[in-house]
Amino acid sequence: MTAQDIGMLLVAVVGTASALLVVASRNVVHSALYLVIALLSVAATFLLLGAEFLAWAQVLVYVGAVVVLILFGLMLTRAPIGPTAQGNELGRALPMGVSIALFGFLATVIFLAYPTTDIALAPTTTAALGSVLYVHWAFPFMVLGFFLTVSLIGAIILARKEEGEGPDPYADAVTEVPVPAESDTTGDPTPVGR
Amino acid sequence: MSEFAWLIPAVMALSALTILLFGKRMPRHGAEVGILALGVAFVLSVLVAVEVFSANVAAVAEVEEAHSVQSVWEVGGREVTLVVDAAEGGEAAEIPAGVHEFRLEQSTELSPIGGGFSIEAGTRIDGLTAMMFLLVSFVSLMVHVYSTGYMHGDPRYTWYFTLLSVFTFSMLLLVIANNLLMVVMGWELVGVCSFLLIGFWWEEKANSDAAIKALLTTKLGDVGLMVGVVGLWSEFGTFNITRIYEGVAAGDFDQGLLTFSLLALFIGAVGKSAQFPLHTWLPDAMAGPTPVSALIHAATMVTAGVFLIARLYPVYQASPTTLTVIAIIGVITLFAMGLLALVQDDVKRVLAYSTISQLGYMVAALAFSYTAGIFHLFAHGFFKALLFLGAGSLIHAVHSNNMSDMGGLRKPMPVTFATFVIGSAALAAIPPLAGFWSKDEVLAGAFGAGGYSGTLVTVLGGLGGMITAFYMARVLWLVFAGEFRGNGHPHESPAAMKWPLVVLAVPAALIGFVNLPFDFAHPRGFAAWTMFDLAYFEGHPVEFNLLLALGTTLLALLGIAAATAIYRRRAAVANDPMLRLGLFTQVLQNKYYLDQLYMGVIVRPLRDRVAPAAYWFNDHVLDRIVNLAGAGAVGLGRVTYRTVDQRGIDGVVNGIGSTANYTGNLLKFAQSGNVQLYAGALFVGVFVLGVLFAVA
Amino acid sequence: MQAVYPLVFSAALFCVGVYGVLSRRNAVLVLMSVELMLASVTINLVAFGAILGAGADPLLTGQVFALFVMAVAAAEVGVGLAIVLLLYRNRASVNIDDADLMKY
Repeated sequence: MTAQDIGMLLVAVVGTASALLVVASRNVVHSALYLVIALLSVAATFLLLGAEFLAWAQVLVYVGAVVVLILFGLMLTRAPIGPTAQGNELGRALPMGVSIALFGFLATVIFLAYPTTDIALAPTTTAALGSVLYVHWAFPFMVLGFFLTVSLIGAIILARKEEGEGPDPYADAVTEVPVPAESDTTGDPTPVGR
Repeated sequence: MSEFAWLIPAVMALSALTILLFGKRMPRHGAEVGILALGVAFVLSVLVAVEVFSANVAAVAEVEEAHSVQSVWEVGGREVTLVVDAAEGGEAAEIPAGVHEFRLEQSTELSPIGGGFSIEAGTRIDGLTAMMFLLVSFVSLMVHVYSTGYMHGDPRYTWYFTLLSVFTFSMLLLVIANNLLMVVMGWELVGVCSFLLIGFWWEEKANSDAAIKALLTTKLGDVGLMVGVVGLWSEFGTFNITRIYEGVAAGDFDQGLLTFSLLALFIGAVGKSAQFPLHTWLPDAMAGPTPVSALIHAATMVTAGVFLIARLYPVYQASPTTLTVIAIIGVITLFAMGLLALVQDDVKRVLAYSTISQLGYMVAALAFSYTAGIFHLFAHGFFKALLFLGAGSLIHAVHSNNMSDMGGLRKPMPVTFATFVIGSAALAAIPPLAGFWSKDEVLAGAFGAGGYSGTLVTVLGGLGGMITAFYMARVLWLVFAGEFRGNGHPHESPAAMKWPLVVLAVPAALIGFVNLPFDFAHPRGFAAWTMFDLAYFEGHPVEFNLLLALGTTLLALLGIAAATAIYRRRAAVANDPMLRLGLFTQVLQNKYYLDQLYMGVIVRPLRDRVAPAAYWFNDHVLDRIVNLAGAGAVGLGRVTYRTVDQRGIDGVVNGIGSTANYTGNLLKFAQSGNVQLYAGALFVGVFVLGVLFAVA
Repeated sequence: MQAVYPLVFSAALFCVGVYGVLSRRNAVLVLMSVELMLASVTINLVAFGAILGAGADPLLTGQVFALFVMAVAAAEVGVGLAIVLLLYRNRASVNIDDADLMKY
């Protein structure tokens, strides 16, 4: 049992636990925070596997951008503060059954296919990854960039507010500073709009 | 010339068509076309006859020369005869090779497209045909000329001449035919023409009734004719007459079937030639115009039956049974009908019964001798036509058929008187007129044959001759002697009616001399002319029996004397003793009650019982079956509609729809709108696929 | 290390993500679960790339592919959240059970 093994086990446990908490937590914001931990453990796994750039990219992109985006989404959709019931119409039997069956199957296949394979620790340098990326994978890389631009534009178009569109969920939002409701004071010519 | 003999009927057919289409517009209303055509036909007939007869005579001369005999029947004192007829005796002389009678056959075969049964349309010209041509065309010509006078002013004058032409064509067609189918064709056509002409003045019901009676009675005979023709066909496999002759000569046939067919054919002749018992139509047929009676019911149509037997003579020779039957029927006819003529008041009826009686003579004669029968047919045609036309002249003058309205017509109508006397004398067989020679040959032939039938024919034939003489003398006394008993002033007929009488009197008087039964004339005479097959040539004359001839003449003179004695006195004329002979008169006047018999036994049951029964059957049984079938079909349709279509098929179709609906209703729950359910289903599917891939 | 560990870990993450997709009510939480699944996929890719080793895989296909997946996942979250926002705007609720208009 080498150091990597122990480290891998630890990371796996932490990651799985936090993932479970993501899906089981009753507080949506807590779920988001647990998600951070799960993704960080994924980054740790990358490190253990020798993909340093990927680990860094994982933290940057996922933790830094995606989770923030999710938190913003939670905020904009008035995610409930505090614990709420999170069960849906399906109940728990079907999801439980499916995921356990799937896990069982996958684990079996893995154990049968790679019982004794070893992974040597051979860190891939960023330079090596970069040289491969910009030489051999140049075209898909460009496409990827283009694709990201397109999806960005798409997201903007989708989410912008049109005139006359549906009920305004923010209709009851308070947009002004409330003024204490006192009796009419004289000398105040400006009426206070509400 | 004989190659064009087919023109003779053809020109008459053309004339019929022309008169039918254009007759009304012609100056003489079609009569001129008929007479012209008939003149052409007669001239052609004479030319053909000359050619045929001379060829036949030459053939006989060659045979005689080959046997170095002066006359065919004498070879070293022995009698030699060429005839194969059982009635004649002697040996058969050999016919040298290459010598044959005149025979010309032309025919075309008519076969349907695609093969199958074919029939032929053809002509056969030989001695018999040539003789019949002469008779038919000459008598028809005389009748045509006569009719222009007799039918003058009749509203349907043109139609009359059309019918006369059609009739002449049909008779010539019958005569010229070389196969039995054409004979039947001509036979039926003359029957139709007879029907139309008897009922020419159909406005009187009696006339149309007579026409129907004639048609139906002869039709009964025609059934026999058809059966006979088909019988012969089934025996010999052909309708062609020459081939039937050959078949009979070959000897390979079934005697029973042959006799049956010949008897059936004879029944046809019985009907058409008015033999007992199918004779009842002929007296009633006198309802037609008199020239029609002269042409059709004396000289031509009624001789068609006799002609048929003569035409098939070799075939009849192969069946002695049939010949006996023929002789019996002939003799019954000749005697019984002769008696009927004694009590008639209508002059045409006397002549009608006389015709039937003479036809009996002809038929009986054919049972014993071909030449005798044919010769009597030939001679009788002329003098009977003469007598009928004379009767027509009388009727035209007196405007009545009855002899009780006539009398003393000798002075006002001398030509009619003279020609009528010649005709009557010929009919009564007074020598040397034609009737004597022909009737004598008949009786001599029967006498020579011997046997029961021969003796019967001789005896009754002789007695019949006496009766004939008696009733003809009676007619002469009642019509021409004494005082005129009718109304008006009778006068001689116009020229158109007079001259045919005169012209016809010539052959009536003299035609006997072509067939004298004496050695010097016979082999080259009528017998040679009319022979159709050298093997059947009756070179041996029907032996002239002087005693027989004298006997019959005596009987005839006796009859005349008796009639003279009775009718000389005026009292007898007014009060005819023949009509007062009690039962004898009554039976004769009722024509042996045969008409009543036929009416009661055949006509009434059919008309009043069988026909209504058949109608009832048709109405109630057949129609009911048909209606049931219809109702059944309707019911079946209804059942099919309700059960099969509505319940069955529609059930299936609707069932498919409702099944789809039902399963849809069950399946719709999969569309819950819940995305997570869809995702769940997706992952389950992934799991299943994964397992499958892993295991397989 | 044993190859099994990262692989099993990735399988576990995937299945937890499946559970979350199927059983959470809030649409944003479903998106989070999808992120988990995508993360597990990237681990899988890198693990297999490491199993192969740099010698057998000079193009570093595993890691490059993982990078791409990461980028796509980020884009997908952006678009997905835009959709959720639209859904919220129109229906005033992010409860997936309420978005069943395509029901029979």
